[in-house]
Amino acid sequence: MASVAKTDPHHAGDAPHAHPPTSTGLNHRKIAVWAFIGSECMLFVSLISTYLIYKGKSLAGPYPHEWWCRATNTIAKSAAELGQCAPAETFKPILNIPVTSASTFVLLMSSLAMVLALAAVENADLPMPSGAWDRILRSSKTWLWMTAILGTTFLGFQAYEFTSFVHEGLTIRTNLFGSSFFTLTGFHGAHVTVGVLWLLALLGIDYKRGLKPADALNVDIAALYWHFVDVVWIAIFTLIYLIQ
Amino acid sequence: MATMAAPVSGVHAESSSPSGIWSWLTTVDHKRIGILYLVSAMFFFVWGGLEALVIRLQLAGPNMGLVSADMYNQLFTMHGTTMVFLVVMPLSSAFFNFLIPLQIGARDVAFPRLNAFSYWVFLFGGLVITLPILFGLAPNGGWFGYAPLTTKAYATGYNIDYWVLGLQILGVASLAAAFNFITTIINMRAPGMHLMRMPIFTWMSFVVQFLVILAFPAITVALVFLMFDRFFGTNFYTIAAGADPLLWQHLFWIFGHPEVYILILPAFGLVSEVLPTFSKKPLFGYPVMVYSGMLIGFLGFGVWAHHMFSVGMGPVADSVFSLTTMLIAIPTGVKILNWISTMWGGNIRFTTSMLFGIALVGLFTIGGISGIMHSSAPADLQQTDSYFVVAHFHYVLFGGAVFGIMAGIYYYFPKMTGRMLDETLGKIHFWTFFIAMNLTFFPMHFAGLYGMPRRIYTYDAGQGWELFNKLSTAGVILQGVGMLVFLYNFIKSWRSGPVAGNNPWGAPTLEWALPSPVPDYNFAHIPTITSRYPLWDQKADELVKSEAETTVGGRLKTAKELGIPMPFPTIRPLIAALLMSTMLCSVLFIHAGNLPLAMTIGIGSFLGLAFTLVSWLTSPLE
Amino acid sequence: MANEVAHAADAHGAHADDHFHPQWSTYWKVAVVLTAITVVEVWIYYIPSFVASKLFVPSLLIMSAVKFAIVVMFYMHLKYDHKLFRALFTGPLLIAIGTLFGLMFLFGKLAIRLGLGAG
Repeated sequence: MASVAKTDPHHAGDAPHAHPPTSTGLNHRKIAVWAFIGSECMLFVSLISTYLIYKGKSLAGPYPHEWWCRATNTIAKSAAELGQCAPAETFKPILNIPVTSASTFVLLMSSLAMVLALAAVENADLPMPSGAWDRILRSSKTWLWMTAILGTTFLGFQAYEFTSFVHEGLTIRTNLFGSSFFTLTGFHGAHVTVGVLWLLALLGIDYKRGLKPADALNVDIAALYWHFVDVVWIAIFTLIYLIQ
Repeated sequence: MATMAAPVSGVHAESSSPSGIWSWLTTVDHKRIGILYLVSAMFFFVWGGLEALVIRLQLAGPNMGLVSADMYNQLFTMHGTTMVFLVVMPLSSAFFNFLIPLQIGARDVAFPRLNAFSYWVFLFGGLVITLPILFGLAPNGGWFGYAPLTTKAYATGYNIDYWVLGLQILGVASLAAAFNFITTIINMRAPGMHLMRMPIFTWMSFVVQFLVILAFPAITVALVFLMFDRFFGTNFYTIAAGADPLLWQHLFWIFGHPEVYILILPAFGLVSEVLPTFSKKPLFGYPVMVYSGMLIGFLGFGVWAHHMFSVGMGPVADSVFSLTTMLIAIPTGVKILNWISTMWGGNIRFTTSMLFGIALVGLFTIGGISGIMHSSAPADLQQTDSYFVVAHFHYVLFGGAVFGIMAGIYYYFPKMTGRMLDETLGKIHFWTFFIAMNLTFFPMHFAGLYGMPRRIYTYDAGQGWELFNKLSTAGVILQGVGMLVFLYNFIKSWRSGPVAGNNPWGAPTLEWALPSPVPDYNFAHIPTITSRYPLWDQKADELVKSEAETTVGGRLKTAKELGIPMPFPTIRPLIAALLMSTMLCSVLFIHAGNLPLAMTIGIGSFLGLAFTLVSWLTSPLE
Repeated sequence: MANEVAHAADAHGAHADDHFHPQWSTYWKVAVVLTAITVVEVWIYYIPSFVASKLFVPSLLIMSAVKFAIVVMFYMHLKYDHKLFRALFTGPLLIAIGTLFGLMFLFGKLAIRLGLGAG
């Protein structure tokens, strides 16, 4: 991440044998990251497809949107429809829409913080405003921290979600829903984790020597990855959580 | 179209490049990495060929007992897996690495260290899959590894574990290489090297890289599910829990069919370089060749279920996939016609390379036509799982991919090593391969139509299969003879073949403007391209600096003397690849019931990998 | 250096030389739109009559597609960036979505009513 970009000014035409300009004028790593994101589309489509294919195919509960009585193995839209079922045998719908709505909002806002971080780095050379509050708003550190914290908050929500699901009787081994749900969201969570580590690395550079407009590309690439992980969640939130 | 005079210069670049094992372990030079791919893949080629030999000896007559049924399963699984992932793909990679920068006028790939990482990951993944056969523990579920047969309920041993892990490791290698080459081709073309001036090999490689980045995620996901099922008790392929037995098949073939084009398009590209050179004519219909390659790649994502006609998908799905499959025949047929038209009226020289190229056109057509037969679902129901299918895909993969790669090896050996392969031995190799190939695989059409199923380890007499099997076995033995001739020629010529000039074949593409072997910096100055066939249409001094400027005291100048910045050699990619492989393989100890050890190795490797990556990313490239 | 002069010159301008530069206000507006759509998505989830109607799934899909597109266009600045990046993303995305639809048909999650009787 910290290595010097191929198109950095100190390479541009100072020596006769320096690297020739790229064919498109674009940076190598940015092209590679977009190709990587294209590839990731297929990865998440495979995972999401599997979840959708197995939706409604589990032979036993708990289920994402339905109530389930283990003793009679019956499914119902509501607790009332379930009829007679001992409390210990009753499993409520697993997915917790209020909590996930909150975590979805957190991840969306992390994308906002990310673009503001990029804007701050791009404008790092401009004279700083005098007001303390304005200075904070203009600082790349502020927004990188904000993004990382919001990302970590999302991961915290996910950890809460996973543990509460396990307490409610759903593990990755329980049924097809459990296997496909935990694998899909786990893969997404792993991507967020990598993103947070990436942001922390950028923050490390920022504290060490300050991120300058010349570093905008490094931030841009991390941002592209971060936003992609966000748009994947937009799809997951609708397809897995909201559609019943 | 004046042919550029090809002065046979005695200048050798070898003297200026370091040698010794360490220089190969730390190399980030795309040409050396290409040679590493080539040599490793040839090793695996011999290995996979020996497996085929044992298979054929076992099937030479009815009720033979050379190997057990279990060993036979391991052999055919490993033969397929080896030839697909460890031979044809890396042989293609050898050419991607060696040729793409030279053909587009670049000094290296976009990410030289990532390139080295790809190679080492490939090597370790290959060893994880290959070595277990020495202990009778090789994967035994077929190269397609159909789940649920490969889940722990039906495959309790370690065998499938090696396959699941090895293929995931190999996937990382292919993906990393694909991002690298996509970036290289988009971004490192010399001035004037417009997309529509790129050599066809580079074009086909470009298409293949997109197939890789889109196909490999699907199999990665399928393998992750299988790995989770086997090691962590998930239910993706557990039918008793309601799983669909077709999930694996669909995910696998979403990868598997584009994979077929990943295997064949580079060979098509190589042949599209060889045929014009030895016909002394530009490639017929260059733009159509480019577009048909792209179309093959695109349509390749819409045909996967034609591998599954016999599972009962219903008439609508069968019809749709039949139609899309038949559609692919059009761009492929266009390519065949363009190659024939390229040779038509040309001044043909029958070098070994050209012979392999012409043979590809014929043999691939045979395999292509039997492929069109399968595209019809009712016909496929008769042929599926029989030796007819084995005949089909060996015609396209051996007659197509391997023959194309052989054409490429004979053609580019001088550029890689600076020496010529022996043409007499080469022709012996070609004719034995050509005869042996047809002797082996043509009778399989008949064996299949007479009802001989695939993957059986023995059969009873009196079903009309004996003769065909005898012929096939004889053919494989003859192939072995041809391979020995080739290996002898390869080793002998590398050591003491006649010195090749820059352009021994009078070829038109940019790589032939460079000295053979190519110096580590490739181009002393970056040329400006004004033609699709620069060496036929442009003057030599437009492409390369004069000998006076690039040599000193009878040897080529080093990068330092020319002031060209070169990437530092580094061991980090190798270490990162090794640690990534051990990290994945640590789950094997879960199977052994030793969770603490698995955790220790896994986490230890992960930390080591993280440390190596930080050290890699913070060390300067050049 | 010339570089710095150029920078100072457009310090107040909109960085006309850069190919992507939505303003801060754009980023905030996008965030407001994204939040609004998310609120609507969750809101309709709690209207049982709407959940039961045929419009529920299509409207959710459309809303998430709009969110997806907005983030890609503005936050990933694909709207302002080189067309090559657009191709690198949309090509694979279309193939991936095509694969998703193919799988949904093959596993009977979607069906085309052809009026051919049992299908």
